Amino acid sequence: MQRHLISAADLTRDDAVLILDTAEEMARVADRPIKKLPTLRGRTIVNLFFEDSTRTRISFEAAEKRLSADVINFTAKGSSVSKGESLKDTAQTLEAMGVDAVVIRHGASGAPYRLATSDWIDAVVINAGDGTHQHPTQALLDAFTMRRRLVGRDAGIGQDLAGKRITIVGDVLHSRVARSNVDLLHTLGAEVTLVAPPTLVPVGVEAWPCEISYDLDSTLSKSDAVMMLRVQRERMNAAFFPTEREYSRRYGLDGDRMAKMPEHAIVMHPGPMVRGMEITAEVADSDRCTVVEQVANGVSIRMAVLYLLLGGNEPAVTHTRTEEK
Amino acid sequence: MSKILIRGAKVLGGEPQDVLIDGDTIASVGTGLSGEAVEGAEIVEADGKVLLPGLVDLHTHLREPGREDSETVLTGTRAAASGGFTAVFAMANTFPVADTAGVVEQVYRLGQEHGYCDVQPIGAVTVGLEGKKLAELGAMHESAAGVTVFSDDGKCVDDAVIMRRALEYVKAFGGVVAQHAQEPRLTEGAQMNEGVVSAELGLGGWPAVAEESIIARDVLLAEHVGSRVHICHLSTAGSVEIVRWAKSRGIDVTAEVTPHHLLLTDELVRSYNPVYKVNPPLRTERDVMALREALADGTIDIVATDHAPHPHEDKDCEWAAAAMGMVGLETALSVVQQTMVETGLLDWAGVADRMSVKPAAIGRAAGHGRPVSAGEPANLTLVDTAYRGTVDPAGFASRSRNTPYEGRELPGRVTHTWLRGKATLVDGKLA
Amino acid sequence: MDTQHDKQQYEADARPVLEAPDIARVLTRIAHEIVERAKGADDVVLLGIPTRGVFLARRLAEKLQEITDRKIPVGSLDITMYRDDLRMHPPRALARTEIPGDGIDGRLVVLVDDVLFSGRTIRAALDALNDIGRPRAVQLAVLVDRGHRELPIRADYVGKNLPTSLRETVKVQLAEEDGRDTVLLGAKRTSPGEPQ
Repeated sequence: MQRHLISAADLTRDDAVLILDTAEEMARVADRPIKKLPTLRGRTIVNLFFEDSTRTRISFEAAEKRLSADVINFTAKGSSVSKGESLKDTAQTLEAMGVDAVVIRHGASGAPYRLATSDWIDAVVINAGDGTHQHPTQALLDAFTMRRRLVGRDAGIGQDLAGKRITIVGDVLHSRVARSNVDLLHTLGAEVTLVAPPTLVPVGVEAWPCEISYDLDSTLSKSDAVMMLRVQRERMNAAFFPTEREYSRRYGLDGDRMAKMPEHAIVMHPGPMVRGMEITAEVADSDRCTVVEQVANGVSIRMAVLYLLLGGNEPAVTHTRTEEK
Repeated sequence: MSKILIRGAKVLGGEPQDVLIDGDTIASVGTGLSGEAVEGAEIVEADGKVLLPGLVDLHTHLREPGREDSETVLTGTRAAASGGFTAVFAMANTFPVADTAGVVEQVYRLGQEHGYCDVQPIGAVTVGLEGKKLAELGAMHESAAGVTVFSDDGKCVDDAVIMRRALEYVKAFGGVVAQHAQEPRLTEGAQMNEGVVSAELGLGGWPAVAEESIIARDVLLAEHVGSRVHICHLSTAGSVEIVRWAKSRGIDVTAEVTPHHLLLTDELVRSYNPVYKVNPPLRTERDVMALREALADGTIDIVATDHAPHPHEDKDCEWAAAAMGMVGLETALSVVQQTMVETGLLDWAGVADRMSVKPAAIGRAAGHGRPVSAGEPANLTLVDTAYRGTVDPAGFASRSRNTPYEGRELPGRVTHTWLRGKATLVDGKLA
Repeated sequence: MDTQHDKQQYEADARPVLEAPDIARVLTRIAHEIVERAKGADDVVLLGIPTRGVFLARRLAEKLQEITDRKIPVGSLDITMYRDDLRMHPPRALARTEIPGDGIDGRLVVLVDDVLFSGRTIRAALDALNDIGRPRAVQLAVLVDRGHRELPIRADYVGKNLPTSLRETVKVQLAEEDGRDTVLLGAKRTSPGEPQ
């Protein structure tokens, strides 16, 4: 299992800090006239996307190309759980082509884990989001963004997020971003509070290393970062909340609420934002909102992960906890 | 007529005795049987093995007709004989569905032809298992198959009115409805038990209440219309409480538990290995302990395997795409030995009761689940309880290999099975 | 070094070939040579190769400033991701690349490293430089040249030419990193985790 990145929960504190530090150096490449490193020359990476996600795929693709890897994009559009065999068949096809790594996005929770632990394929597996399970590179780029803003770009090197208070707001139930962030932020020493209507919090959440609140207003003044999750309008139809308006009123972030946050505190969003639902335009466009930075940081983080997993003869990341599974 | 003398068998786990089979009947049971009566008998040295009445499984999926790639009546009954069963009840969710006299008679005849094990078809409660219109329950009962158990297993009869009518209707011929208790709306997209593990794994949660609410409704309906109801594969501690309450009220309810729910928990799902995907889902340690206790105290009446064969490709995929179910006929007794006998919760007489006597009584399987005594049909199972072995699916008689126990050490092994005096399993090998 | 004990053992066995005063002297000499060859060092940019090359570059910059009375741009150039032996080891942690504000285009870049051996590090550094800009010229300053080149690369400024056998190791220690200034010549041991 050491060769893959499946879950943010698999990373030790030192692994995570190493990835963040490496990403900080990768970020400097973006400032150069030639934004390219020869590091992964001759390595073939497949972006295997069973779900549409142009943002994540482009981010990985940019990272792969900056490291000079050969990139193959495979978008199995319209694929669903009913096409179960196709994951195995696709994996074996890619294996036969001699790919070194598979970056996989899949609608089924656990599909990347299955790919990594089955005998279908020998390549390194990097989870680019699976169902409602995990999205570890998103959590890493979020942590990277927080460390830069809350600790400092240079001061942050070698540091974690000890004592930082992070509030994650929205559809926790259906969010792999929330799960990954809770795991990683806890590992990095941050204190996480999840805020959502009770219908959008999973049964069993009591085992997560975080606090749960149903009241956004009472947590804002105690937050160093507030991360808004996307809330899909369709959830309304399944009775998770009554109306868009009521959701926005109780759990949306507007200018008045942002004003209750400490001055240094930032607003984050994994994108794409639903303006007017979980976040108002005023907040989304403010200096405190890091959405655009998060996108840029995503490329640096993915370069770091790719380098640390593929740059040598063995990975530099330990992943102890997945092994125990 | 051929004679078989089983020497030194612990009948129901008691003191070693000799059992003489003459033809299809047990001729005598006693110590040191000898003389003219045993002359010419084939000798089987039981040597301290435990002799039980042939096991009866009230919940088997034989897949024929329609899914012969996963199991057939022949392979399924061979698996049953290997596991010590002399009668199995074949669930109705075949293709076509067993909702007419024609289909149930076909399955029944196949069982008779192959001769490894009596096959008693279960009829569908509703046409096509769709929960909307009652199937011809009476016609199935009057057919050669003589159906007495009706179930839409795999699907819940969730419409309260249809359930009520079915419960009432089968009273006319002493039938029973076996309910697959699963509230469909509460389990849309459900992939595993809802709890700590599902929250972490991001798999759709299958709440205990989806099972318990249907059981609660159905015991009340059974009480109201004065019928009996059977609850399939009960899986939660809460379900146990409801059945216990219903029995204390005198409601005519019976319940089954599967071997896997007596042993396995949802922690195994962390592997995302679909071999652990099953309906109802594996629950928590607390549920497992409550189920064992309920089986011991009789709240749960029987063990039923829910033997659900699936071809390799239906399990060799990601979790969400995988089929639900596990094979169970060939490991059932071993799991019960480990979870109930070796824990001191049941003795072998208790096992005979939960795996033979009671299931035969619920299903009205004539000639099965009878005492091991003279004059009774010679449906018998001999178990080497001292055996310890590792489960190797390659050795299964079933066509499918989807066992959650591969590589696991389980105690006990069935060495002989007799169906009406005819050996179907000898020294662990199918006859 | 695998452990503190190994390190102490190595230092006990190794022989110093340059001590602190020698190092200071050769750096002064190199600084003068740079000024002389670069005709005043007007456009010199010093780039140290991490880890110890960076400290040497900073020291050289100070000495150049003393000589020329001008501030000399100094930075660092991490070559990890340009190495040709990446696939032979686990990925290494990256060090900082810090290019001085005015960049390197049209300037004389002097690469600074502690030991010149196979030449592969300098090859990687030249590749890295290529992605950062286009210097007028590139020169190389090293504290020790121990020979055994595997590529057609030579140093422009050498603190000490030290003929060695492949069975020997050269270890540079600098106050900023190691607490003292010295160059040690030792015998290679069979165990892994060798310096250099």
